[in-house]
Amino acid sequence: MNYTVSKKAKTVIKLLVAVGILFSILGLFSHMGEDNLFQRILVSGLSTSLYFFFIALGAFFFLALMYATETGWYAVIKRVIESVSSYIPYGIGFLVLIFLIITLTNGSHIYTWMDPETVAHDEIIQGKTPYLNKIFFWIRTIVYLGTYYIFWKAFRKRSLEEDKIGGTELHFMNYKRGAKFLVFFAVFSSTQSWDWIMSIDVHWFSTLFGWYTFAGMWCSAMTVLVLFALYLKKNGYLEKINESHIHDLGKWSFALSFLWSYMWFSQYMLIWYADIGEEVIYYQIRIEHFKLLYFGMFFINFFFPMLLLMSRDAKRHAGTLTVIGLIILVGHWLDVYQMVAIGSMGPRASIGFLEIGMLLLMLGIFIHVILNTLASAPIIPKNHPFLDESLHHEI
Amino acid sequence: MAEKVIYAMYDDEEILKDGAKLLVSKGIKIEEVFSPFPIHGIDPIIGVKPTRLGIFSFIYGLIGLTLATLGMWYFMIEDWPMNVGGKPNGSYLENMLAFVPISFEFTVLCAAHGMAITYLIANRTLPGMKADNPDPRTTDDKFVMELRPSQNPSVSQQEILDLVKKTGIIELEQKEI
Repeated sequence: MNYTVSKKAKTVIKLLVAVGILFSILGLFSHMGEDNLFQRILVSGLSTSLYFFFIALGAFFFLALMYATETGWYAVIKRVIESVSSYIPYGIGFLVLIFLIITLTNGSHIYTWMDPETVAHDEIIQGKTPYLNKIFFWIRTIVYLGTYYIFWKAFRKRSLEEDKIGGTELHFMNYKRGAKFLVFFAVFSSTQSWDWIMSIDVHWFSTLFGWYTFAGMWCSAMTVLVLFALYLKKNGYLEKINESHIHDLGKWSFALSFLWSYMWFSQYMLIWYADIGEEVIYYQIRIEHFKLLYFGMFFINFFFPMLLLMSRDAKRHAGTLTVIGLIILVGHWLDVYQMVAIGSMGPRASIGFLEIGMLLLMLGIFIHVILNTLASAPIIPKNHPFLDESLHHEI
Repeated sequence: MAEKVIYAMYDDEEILKDGAKLLVSKGIKIEEVFSPFPIHGIDPIIGVKPTRLGIFSFIYGLIGLTLATLGMWYFMIEDWPMNVGGKPNGSYLENMLAFVPISFEFTVLCAAHGMAITYLIANRTLPGMKADNPDPRTTDDKFVMELRPSQNPSVSQQEILDLVKKTGIIELEQKEI
């Protein structure tokens, strides 16, 4: 059976985009005349682009993981995973655009290490110049994005081919390529978060940072997958997925919330314990000016899933999962936002019309891309070798 | 009083499952199934109640958390205020972060050990206890279903035996215990 984008979904997407644009314009007016307006636009654009790109990338990573481990249960929701990861090319487009603007404006006070004047007066940045310079930054960015795109394109192509010809040859190809992708991703997921996010707080560093952003990325990706699976099931397109699939996806959401909290806490506690000036500065600014945002975000991302998703029944109940899923997603957006905005704008960062408008606008595009990809291929892969196992999945 | 027990042996868990379904549909209660590994989906067929181990695990965890908190508070704050490089500095709450890892580890330790020991006691498989499986082959590759006529007063013993014989058994044994 094929999915078709319903009229209602189209209206919602149009509404999201319209409200997003309206809010963004309102936001622009409310910040009119401020000297950091341009930086503010870039910051909210960067954080939101990163957020959605990370969700798509997290879903793609999960797909590669499923291929590499030859997992069976996911086969029936494979197209959902693929569709969420199909935002990758669009995410790449937005990111490249924003990086380009930032580079052309010498960092725009976001990547201060791009500004030659700042670097000239800053010995710490000078020490990092061999790694953090415009050319090497772009080489790395292109390598990451290029690798992701090539792998994504090939996986999608093979997946559609499998529908037609079947057999196990493509399956073993996916198996090998999936393992290869994981090797790249293991390195790139860390380094990309240093390049794109950690370098905003250019004096500061944390060896845990890559895993921290990765945990957040994976957690939000799994939550998005649950929400789409529930949406499709509710509308009768994925009747074949049963409670066990939903339960498994819910478990991922639940467990990864813990992984994220564990990373957050490990990073925080070690720095708090050692109390070294150049390290605590990262937290000082966040606690002094954004106590509510920073700890509120931790509270949302840890206690909500822990308390409300703990029981088996909650992970099988569509309503509970949807509500918690949306809360977690907001929490992780706040996380990405605080990483980018507080690092670059300091105490002047604030969430207003502009930020929410950008979020809604991108969300509209994100959903549009995913639903259209869902509609472009049979909703359940036809010749996946593990399809039968997946249809009988029971835990 | 000696009680009659019927042991029906199978060599495939799927055949046993089908047999159990047939017996249960005729209103016969199955006392126990012995198997070398957990049989998927047998619980609802023979009417095993959901385990309460999770509740116990929570209680053990809570005990662990309380003990860890009390212990650390007494050792580090109350009895002899410790100060290693400025932390902790005489207040439990302000230095909660330093105590989180130990609280976590001790909670897990107590929950896991408590759960394991409870499990062994509930199954009567503590070291040194006598095994109550009827046939040592059920720890290898055979499956045994245990039926007690005394629990099925509505059906005669002969009827049970006749039904069981139809379910693809490889051995049938009757014992008095």
